Amino acid sequence: MSDTIILEVARFHPERDTEPSYQSFEVPLRADWMVLDALNHIKDQLDGSLAFRWSCRMGICGSCGMMVNGVPSLTCESLLMNFAPGPVRIGPLDHFPVIKDLAIEMDEFMGKLQKVRPWIVRKDDYVPKREFIQTPKQLAAFQQFTLCINCMLCYAACPVYGLDPSFTGPAALALAERYNLDSRDQGSAERTDLLAQHDGIWDCTVVGECSEVCPKNVDPSLAIQQYKISATKDWFKTWLMPWGNK
Amino acid sequence: METSAHDILLIGGGGAGLRAAIAIAESMPQADIAMVSKVYPMRSHTVSAEGGAAGVAGDDDTIDEHCYDTISGSDWLGDQDAIELFCNEIPKELLRLEHWGCPWSREPNGKIAVRPFGGMKKMRTWFAADKTGFHLLHTLFQTSLKYTSINRYDEHFVTSLLVDDGAVRGVVAIELKTGRIRAIMAKAVIICTGGLGRIFPFTTNANICTGDGMALAYRAGAPLKDMEMVQYHPTGLPFTGILITEAARAEGGWLLNKDNYRFLQDYDLGKPTPTPVFRSMELGPRDRVSQAIIGEIEKGRAFHGPYGDYVHLDLRHLGEHKIETRLPMVRELCLKYENLDPVREPIRTRPVMHYMMGGVHTDINGATPLAGLYAAGEAACVSINGANRLGSNSLGEILVYGARAGNSAVEYLQNGASGGNSTRILAQAAEEEHRLEEQFLRKTGGTERIARLREEMQKTMETGCGIYRERNSLMESAAKLAELQGRFNDIALDDHARTFNTQLLQALELGFMLDVAETVVHSALHREESRGAHQRRDFPKRDDSRYLAHSVVARSPQGTPHLSYLPVVITRWPPGERIYGRDH
Repeated sequence: MSDTIILEVARFHPERDTEPSYQSFEVPLRADWMVLDALNHIKDQLDGSLAFRWSCRMGICGSCGMMVNGVPSLTCESLLMNFAPGPVRIGPLDHFPVIKDLAIEMDEFMGKLQKVRPWIVRKDDYVPKREFIQTPKQLAAFQQFTLCINCMLCYAACPVYGLDPSFTGPAALALAERYNLDSRDQGSAERTDLLAQHDGIWDCTVVGECSEVCPKNVDPSLAIQQYKISATKDWFKTWLMPWGNK
Repeated sequence: METSAHDILLIGGGGAGLRAAIAIAESMPQADIAMVSKVYPMRSHTVSAEGGAAGVAGDDDTIDEHCYDTISGSDWLGDQDAIELFCNEIPKELLRLEHWGCPWSREPNGKIAVRPFGGMKKMRTWFAADKTGFHLLHTLFQTSLKYTSINRYDEHFVTSLLVDDGAVRGVVAIELKTGRIRAIMAKAVIICTGGLGRIFPFTTNANICTGDGMALAYRAGAPLKDMEMVQYHPTGLPFTGILITEAARAEGGWLLNKDNYRFLQDYDLGKPTPTPVFRSMELGPRDRVSQAIIGEIEKGRAFHGPYGDYVHLDLRHLGEHKIETRLPMVRELCLKYENLDPVREPIRTRPVMHYMMGGVHTDINGATPLAGLYAAGEAACVSINGANRLGSNSLGEILVYGARAGNSAVEYLQNGASGGNSTRILAQAAEEEHRLEEQFLRKTGGTERIARLREEMQKTMETGCGIYRERNSLMESAAKLAELQGRFNDIALDDHARTFNTQLLQALELGFMLDVAETVVHSALHREESRGAHQRRDFPKRDDSRYLAHSVVARSPQGTPHLSYLPVVITRWPPGERIYGRDH
């Protein structure tokens, strides 16, 4: 087997280019290397102007999501050897505006995070002297939705988000559901009111691309379906049972 | 140049910065807060902490015992007033996190679960499986989103502090996305930028841990403290340096040499038992356990591998269920990065640079000697960690001292802090902009590659200033760093663009790292004793008569590090022998 591999890396420089293009780099093919190590080799040795984000290189900070051969991936977890003999094509995450090369614009997502009110809401203002009692079963009810690292892979995979960037999207909706299902929280009604207004969740086709690409095994698709059910229930309660306990 | 003004500005959006911001938002709702972070806050390195956060929880435990463990763990270099305050406050902080939604692991009855940890005499480490830092960071970040007084400057890199008339007045920062250079004014500034692991070649630390805040303070005239105290974690994965949490040993994992022998018993750390015993064997403190592994390597009793010698961390006897429920991330990391399943195979590990006990010198309120400048978390040195931090005390520290620094800044404001003379401050900001343009953005020519200089720095830190040091090795490192400082002036940049210029950031980070690396080496050179993580081959004993004192390093007018000493605060625990694995 060859001891090098070709990386075709997306380049886009807004001060210079109108269209993105791909540039080929030959890098060592090392047994222990992840795709991220190859990108760092390019940055350090071949072309210091290549722009991409990374930090923890252990799959927990969520910075290094990119398209690797067309699949949304964390490059710090993608073994280079798996793509031999190559070439392997690295692009910025789909569906996002590109700032430069492999770095995408994510300020809009940061706004969506805030919009779903991802904090404990207490209507009764009650704060226990010690901890809220929460059994392992109650914890398990929302635990998987706490594991999202905001890496944006699910947005790059989501066909609805691809068509409509105003869609709140898988990660933010899963986060809303994370708080809705937390036994300490009382904010689900106000979150549902906010989110059900938007057509987005009704457009979600339950194909589950988001859940498939999630590197942390979160199931945002499930969160969205649960959301639809609770939003529908609330709608029925409001219109059909106005005397009901909202 | 674009300018903006706020009341209090935080540099860094990790655990300490977020906790400080929330404290300010709560205690002074009208305060206008700026959070300037070079990454989006949830990318901060707090995210990588795994094992837990210590705080007295059980009826059989006391604050005094947590104090004693921390003080003896620090080899008596921690300040006892700061430690006592920390141990008193931390249970309240951890409860607050619970009320904010942190998914702490639970007992069957729904109460908080705690686990044992290295150097701790009782079970007091709260945990969220083995992703405690991740959950803590995301809980803090998500909670911070409800405060509209927190204005975030995400992906802004601070290049210098603005100081006028003896007080800090703001910062100059580059917006990564546009390359815009901004002057951001504030009446108080809190440094929460985390550690400096990237000055070493083999570290658990993320790419962003480049000592920025320490260098900013140092350049602005605020001294650093105990910079020679560098913690090596005993168990890192050999190639990547990825951390395998101490919780793996707390749950019952064993360290084995190539003869399948639990070698820690040969290093005065107790006798092997089938299940973990507090303050004994695998639950010894990190400095002693890392030093023992080096001992095995030197005796030829370690395994040889392509990335250096290593020992085994064996979890197999814990069984799949325990590993999956208590240590899921350990399993995930081993499968992904080592292609091995700890349920079936022992994990290859070697000591890895992990944490900086030293940092920006602050008092017990998080205040530095420079008016208006505060610091908290790993970037700061209060000091509760002294010469060796106990595992699970750092997540607590970012909460207790993050909140405290925030509240101190509020008090400073309420006592009538002024904004300073805006003409002079703006002139200073313009000067900094000029420096950035001339030295980096518009600079042509240059022959040195950033990566080359960085690698040479990292190599000299490891060979000269690693777990064991001595005068000659430190002198060599000092000379090498001085040489690299000179060569730094001749760096070449491939990228002169404004938009998302990460190479410019790499250059600026390298400049910061060279400065803090020099303070580490010079502080290590001057401390002629062995204490905790600082082990001098030429001075193998602790020397309380000369060094029961903090090193304080300030930048001389020539730019070189200048050392002085400050006594340790001793209150109720007179210095004694550190005893592990046997009665005392």
